[in-house]
Amino acid sequence: MSEFAIRIRELGKRFTIGAREQQHDTLRDRLAAAVARPFRRIAAAGLSTSTNIWALRGVSHDIPRGEVVGIIGGNGAGKSTLLKILSRITEPTEGEAEIHGRVGSLLEVGTGFHPDLTGRENIFLNGAILGMRQADIVRKFDEIVAFAEIEPFIDTPVRHYSSGMYIRLGFAVAAQMDPEILIVDEVLAVGDVHFQRKCLGTLDDVARGGRTVLFVSHNMAAIQRLCTSAMLLDHGRLVYAGDVRSTVAAYLSGESRGGYAADQRTGAAQILSADLEDMAGRPLVNAVCTEPVVCRIHFVLPHPSPDTRLAVVVVSSDGVVVFTTENGDADLRVPTGPGEFCARVIVPANAFLAGEFHVGVALSNASGTVDQLDPGLSLSLDTGPSPLYRGTSRRKGLVHVPCAWSFEEVGAIAAPAAANRL
Amino acid sequence: MTSSSAPLPVTYIRPGAWGLRQALVEIWHSRELLYFLVWRDVKVRYKQTVLGIAWAVVQPFLAMVVFTLLFSKLGKIPSDGLPYPLFSFAGLVPWTYFAAAVAGGANSLAASRYLIAKVYFPRVLVPLAAVLMPAIDMLIALGMTAILMAWYGVPPTAALFALPALVVFLAMMAFSLALWTSALTVHYRDMRYLIPFGTQMLLFLTPVAYPASMIPARWRVLYGLNPMATVVEGFRAALLGGSGPGPMAIVSVAVVLLAFVTGIAYFRSVVSSIVDLI
Repeated sequence: MSEFAIRIRELGKRFTIGAREQQHDTLRDRLAAAVARPFRRIAAAGLSTSTNIWALRGVSHDIPRGEVVGIIGGNGAGKSTLLKILSRITEPTEGEAEIHGRVGSLLEVGTGFHPDLTGRENIFLNGAILGMRQADIVRKFDEIVAFAEIEPFIDTPVRHYSSGMYIRLGFAVAAQMDPEILIVDEVLAVGDVHFQRKCLGTLDDVARGGRTVLFVSHNMAAIQRLCTSAMLLDHGRLVYAGDVRSTVAAYLSGESRGGYAADQRTGAAQILSADLEDMAGRPLVNAVCTEPVVCRIHFVLPHPSPDTRLAVVVVSSDGVVVFTTENGDADLRVPTGPGEFCARVIVPANAFLAGEFHVGVALSNASGTVDQLDPGLSLSLDTGPSPLYRGTSRRKGLVHVPCAWSFEEVGAIAAPAAANRL
Repeated sequence: MTSSSAPLPVTYIRPGAWGLRQALVEIWHSRELLYFLVWRDVKVRYKQTVLGIAWAVVQPFLAMVVFTLLFSKLGKIPSDGLPYPLFSFAGLVPWTYFAAAVAGGANSLAASRYLIAKVYFPRVLVPLAAVLMPAIDMLIALGMTAILMAWYGVPPTAALFALPALVVFLAMMAFSLALWTSALTVHYRDMRYLIPFGTQMLLFLTPVAYPASMIPARWRVLYGLNPMATVVEGFRAALLGGSGPGPMAIVSVAVVLLAFVTGIAYFRSVVSSIVDLI
């Protein structure tokens, strides 16, 4: 029996951009396109109308059995493509992968529920879709219902379920799949905190049960908590693989920059740029922890948006959120717009200890996040002229909490024998 | 970690590696899912209906009444010496199945595209389940045929043993067509108009309301290009006795085999494009 759960060799997936435009919705369009094609070919003078992009290229990696692997990377890094290939939803263009054991994927919970069927009926249907045997579903039925906390509604069509119940039921079925390899993609982005914790707990159990888990998430804290190793993808390439801490650190340092400027205007509410600077408005170089840091955010609200919120999050180099702040903290409302605005957020001097940080920014409204920098700008703070660093350049911790210290004598120690005194 | 002694199944993922044997093995392993997909469609179909499963009989029965009044009483159309109601019902049983299977099959892939983009399972199960579901109705309607046969005093003959083969052929024809139409529906909205219209037109080209013997013998082989002609004539001969479809059956079998092989290829290409475009 192989010691590896998954072996990936030179895996690649090519997508053809422009394929969507070439899709014709009616036969008439297709006929028209066929007639026009020779003319267009002359006009384009041999230029290809579609471009190929490699969503994944040359990825090779072996995953030992029992490993819980976090797959991290920015948007468009190829994480989902990799999972889709490994769960056989799509075929690779080149390379190969060898999978030892059954694969269960938890790509989106509740996929395949039929709204007109009852919870009970959907458990069987969903289980079958996920590849469970009917006998196994029968055996685990009570467990699934209990986990989902939907006993009273088990014979109600799921159309009447709240979204929370829906997700709970979906996860409960998937959690009972019991495959050798489990693929999990961002399922924890949904549901209430109580349930998220329960899901994380289940994944913990799965991982401890010796199964191999592939876990994609933007939640670095969850990745670090669950995973034993990680793979970092960037633009379809595997750029780093190793233990989870160093991979997360590589991701955060590679992703964040000194300043951010949007590639293009989307026409929606958007963060146009974000920079870190000193109090005088100069770009931050050789920053020290004893000076304030200013985060300047330039954003646009194309429509009147009364409930806009702007938040700044500071994350440590290993992905732990140090603190968050938002405009409401200062009892301030974001201008309603429309217009372009600039926000200045001043992080006071002596808030941090020297070290590496990342500053993220999120713009949101009543319906959720509309734009964000994740993980955002990198902030490197050196030691400064502070009593904290007198005689040392290293201190443990992330923040400087000014504590009050005092001493008083509460008792005298009896003087040693006077005879000792000369 | 305890390592079980049972060998783990090994799957190789590489471009275009998908033999027919592997496909068949996979479909066999997914037979429970196939069952549940059919079961889901049956459940959903009869939820919130007053007549429920009785629709399986009501549909061909009402068509039989209308056909008898129109074609037999008014049109004086012959029925190969059989009582016309029984004659038309024996043709309506496979036809009703065919119409339902084509309608359901054509929509099946578009209706499941979300599922296909999220979970892996053998994709052919989608049109397969869609054409198997109305087969349950057909079995019930076949029971109704037996009652009608008893009513009209038409005894079954040894030809009845050909019926299972005919049912399989009919299902295979509906499946081949569903492979094509379900894949075409994904890309061309024209299919939404073409399918109901085409089904209606095909009814005229199929000997449901009239006997194939009305078609001049020299056109009979050409007539076999419509495999439903062979199926309907075959059903009638198997249930009620008679001469059967004859040589046009060979043409029909060739048409269905061709549609099946090309259908599988086209279906596969469309399925991979669905996943990659979402």
